[in-house]
Order: sequence, then structure tokens, then C-alpha cells
Amino acid sequence: MYSIVAEHIDFYYQKFHALKDISLEVEEHTVTAFIGPSGCGKSTFLRIMNRMNDLIDGTSMTGKMFIEGKDIYGRGVDVDQLRSIVGMVFQKPNPFPKSIYENVAYGLRVAGIRDRHLIGERVELSLKSAALWDEVKDKLKKSAFELSGGQQQRLCIARALAVKPGIILMDEPASALDPLSTAKIEDLIFSLKDEYTIVIVTHNMQQASRVSDKTAFFYMGSLVEYGNTRDIFMNPVKEATQNYITGRFG
Amino acid sequence: MKKIVELCVRNVLFVSAAVTTLAIVLIVIFLFRQGVGLFARPAVEEGFSLVVSAGNPVKKLTPQQVKLIFDGDVDNWSFLGGSHEPIEIYRWNEEIPVMNERSIAFIPTQYVSSLPGVRTVDMGRISPGDYFGGREWFPTSQPVPLFGVLPLLAGTLWVSLAAILFALPFGLAIAIYMAELAPKRIHGILKPVIELLAGIPSVVYGFFGLVVLVPLIQKSMNLPVGETAFAGAVVLAIMALPTIVTVAADALRTVPKAAREASLALGASQMQTIFRVTIPYCASGILAAVVLGIGRAVGETMAVLMVTGNAAIIPDSLFKPVRTIPATIAAELGEAPAGGAHYQALFMLGIILFFITLLISISVEIMSSRKRRQEI
Repeated sequence: MYSIVAEHIDFYYQKFHALKDISLEVEEHTVTAFIGPSGCGKSTFLRIMNRMNDLIDGTSMTGKMFIEGKDIYGRGVDVDQLRSIVGMVFQKPNPFPKSIYENVAYGLRVAGIRDRHLIGERVELSLKSAALWDEVKDKLKKSAFELSGGQQQRLCIARALAVKPGIILMDEPASALDPLSTAKIEDLIFSLKDEYTIVIVTHNMQQASRVSDKTAFFYMGSLVEYGNTRDIFMNPVKEATQNYITGRFG
Repeated sequence: MKKIVELCVRNVLFVSAAVTTLAIVLIVIFLFRQGVGLFARPAVEEGFSLVVSAGNPVKKLTPQQVKLIFDGDVDNWSFLGGSHEPIEIYRWNEEIPVMNERSIAFIPTQYVSSLPGVRTVDMGRISPGDYFGGREWFPTSQPVPLFGVLPLLAGTLWVSLAAILFALPFGLAIAIYMAELAPKRIHGILKPVIELLAGIPSVVYGFFGLVVLVPLIQKSMNLPVGETAFAGAVVLAIMALPTIVTVAADALRTVPKAAREASLALGASQMQTIFRVTIPYCASGILAAVVLGIGRAVGETMAVLMVTGNAAIIPDSLFKPVRTIPATIAAELGEAPAGGAHYQALFMLGIILFFITLLISISVEIMSSRKRRQEI
């Protein structure tokens, strides 16, 4: 069963052709890494999956994107609903200026859930899944800004988990963190795989090879190579992939 | 050569800063020097005295009591703690009155000694209590002027408060629309229009209010006069709008894109994002917009003077004429003899206004510094 299916996607910023005829499938409960040099279109492609690019003026797109069997650019799609199925974690931790508890509860509250008991349960569960519970359980009412950068990023992951998405998109989630926090995030991604389909954009080749099952290499707006992570890193078919992962450019 | 130029520029910058600061300090000092002498003045007009017959048991009178006597509202000594006799009033008309036990006379002090059997009533000095707590503003009343600022203060706050209540919902709505929703093209039209609103001279607003708003209010509300606090509040609301809109929109624009994206990515709608994330994020900036709007309203003179009716009465409804502090100063300073009690009372009003606006600026400063801390 494929969670995400992209068919011949072309994407433009004004005149700039940012993605060229991208087709790919992502299986359920796997971790897929998008790698490639800056400006290759991997983040743009990620943001197509939860229609985050809608927020940018002057963009246009052709092709089809299916999330759990549904064409998300089709007619009558509820974008807010889509984004509660496809969660997202951003490059820089971006907690709300609210308490730790309210940060995690936010997605539930905007979804219209009022049941305090349910919210409390969900917050605790999400913080536990994000391996943050033990560190914050005594200061849930404190501002999220009091946490360290790594803790903030795990809070953002917990916040995304709380609304129970099927898919989590991560846009370079560890690029602003120190190695220790990065290792925690990677462990977390590994443990979340059983329940979620994860797509992660990363600049860090080692990270891609450590956490992902499949890897897609983007270059100049094209999907150059897509396959099992082990194959991509050990026996890349394309020369460009070979050059990139061995560090000859990028 | 380069060094000399640099030195010159540095000195020019320093001198302009110093001169500006000095000018402001001097203005404040001037204001205080002119106003503060008020409380050293006798309550009766200088050079004049109030006299009664030596046998009259009433020793002291308050300015209010004197006004009641000379207006004819109190006509018997028994109301003032004296014997049950009617009061006979003598105003100064260039001839020395003939006094009896029932008389009270207002005469130049130099003639007091030439009248046998009379005594000067002790009026004391103009007291701060009467000034700040007085409910009547009759600065030219004779023989004793009444300087009670409460009606003016109440008028100012009343009109400003109503103005801000009108302007706030609109101003915030426009700011939110401009910063969050408006397409680039509409934003490009709306922004200059709002800024243009700030550039219109206040007399023009006053004229508009006088010609359009005042008759409209009078007719639709069926009032004896249309010049009311309400008219002033509406005009002020329009005038405060650009301040509120620009400051609030700027505050909204400082909210990082990441905060909005985080909310949207969790399935929140655009409206939920605006009200639950964007606005709380810049709450202090929006509060600053509100307070600056109030500051604009409190200090405005001309437009208010033209449409509020200028009756120095403590208002009990929005549809009564009121008089504000700035309007009072503008209207009366021209008639007040320089250095006199009335003149000083007006400067004292200026000092009150100065403290109100100072308070406003300080609160804006505190709020914006809190905002800076929050962003770290």
C-alpha cells in the first residue's frame, strides 16, 4: 500500500521551473529521505505533499499528488483537513509562544476537540512518543521558549503527532541542532516508523543512510535516482548520484 | 582631510541632538513656570476684595459660595451660617457702596479702609483641591473665578475613550486584513490611502464633522444640538485610525512566517491561525497601537473644538456637549490676560495634558520592551 503517489509533477515559481516531471511512490510505514544539493527542489516537493506551497504567491503546478489514495489537488479538497493527516516538522524549531502543554494541544483545539481529559491524554502520549515527556512532565505550564533547541524540535514533533497524522514530513529537522540533539531526533524517527510514514529532507548524507529505508536523489529539479537507501549509497546507478554522495559536489 | 570631515559630521550630529533635547526641556520648564504660580494666587481677583459689615458672623466663604451669592442663587445669610437676613449684593461700578449688615460688596482693595464698619472676607488662595477636584469651570466669573478641571478632564477622557472604542475594532480589522489577507494589489492601494488619512489637516476633519456629522447626529437622534461628545468621538476615531492601522499592521508583519506555517501545518484554518497564533504573537505591538491611538485622541485639539459643543459640564451621556482640555486651552488662551490666574490655570491644564501623554508614552515604551524580550 502506497501512502504517497506523485504523478508527473511539474512546479514553477513564476517562470522558474523548480520541479521537472517528478513521479514517485512512498510505501506506508517507511522512512524516505530526499537528498540533493541546495535549490534542487527537494523541499519544494515535500511542501507539495501538504499543499504548503499554496501560501507562496506566483506558483503553479501540473501533475497529480495522491495522499492515501486521494488526489489532494483535486476539486473539493479540504486543505486544513489534509494538513491534519499530513503533519510537518520544520527546519528551525518553531514552537508557539504558549506553554509546553498548549503547544501540543494546539492541533487538537483547532480541530474542535474540547474534551479536556482526551486532550490531556493525547498531550502526554504525544510527548512520550517524542521522547520528551520525562524532561518536561514537571513544567508543562512553562513557556515552550524555555526549552533548549533540541527539546523545542522534539516538542514540534510531539505537536505534529498529537493530531494523529498518517504521514509526517520533516524538512531538515536536525540541521539547526547540535550532534547530541540530532542523534535523539534520529532515534525518534526510527521509533516512529512503526506507526507513521515519514518523509525527511536532509542535507546530511550520513543521516539519510542511518534513518531511511528509501532515498531519492534530486538534482536541478529532477528526480535523478530513487531506490532502497542501501542501493543508492552502495551502488548508485547514475553518475550524478555517485558524485554527490561521495562528496564531489554539493 | 577625511578626519576633519568626520569630525565635522560628528559634531553636527551631536549639536542637533543636543539642541533638540534642550528645546524640549525648555518647553517643559516654560510650561511648569507658567502654570505652577496658580496656587500662590488669591482666590479673589487681584486688587479687589470682598467685604461685609464688621458685625456679620460669616468669616470665610468658598469660591463656590461666592459664585452662588453673586449669581443670586443664594439670597439669605442663613444658608451660609449667618443670621436670617436677605443678602444685598454690590458689584463694583466706580462708586463706593453704602453698606449695611446685609451687604456683601466687591470693591477695589484700596477703598476698603475708606468704608467704615466693614471687614474683608477671608477667601484664601486658589487651592489645588479646588482646582483638581472642582466640578465647575468658570474662569471669567466675577468676583471669584472657578477653576475646576474635572469637567474638562472628564470631557477629554470621555471623548477619547469613546473614540478609541469606535476606532479599535475597525482599525484592527483593517490592519489584519492588510497584513494577513489582502492580495498585493489591494494592499498597494489600501496602504497609501490609510497613510493619506494621516496627512489630512485636523481642521479639515473638524469642518467635515461640523458640516456633515453634526447635523446628521442632531436629526437622527432628535437632539437640541448636534455638537456632542459623540460627534467628537467619531471624528477622533477617523483621525486615530491611521495610527492604529499602521502600528498594528507593522506589528503583525513582525510575526515570523514560521509561526504561521506551524499553525497551518497542524490543520488550523487561516482564521484560526490569525486569532490563535498571529495576534497573540504580537499582542504587545497591537497594544502599543491601541495606546498610541489613545494618545492621538487625547491631544487632538482643532477638530474636537469644532464639533463637541464646548460646554464644561461633566458628561453623563455621549449625546451631550463636552469640552476637552486641548480645546479649552486653544479657545481661552487668547482671551486670558498674560500672567493672570486664568492664564496660569490654562497652563496648568497643559501640564495635566503633558502628564497624560507622558504616561501613555511610558506605557508604550514598557510594552515594546517586553515585546523585544519575548522575541529572544
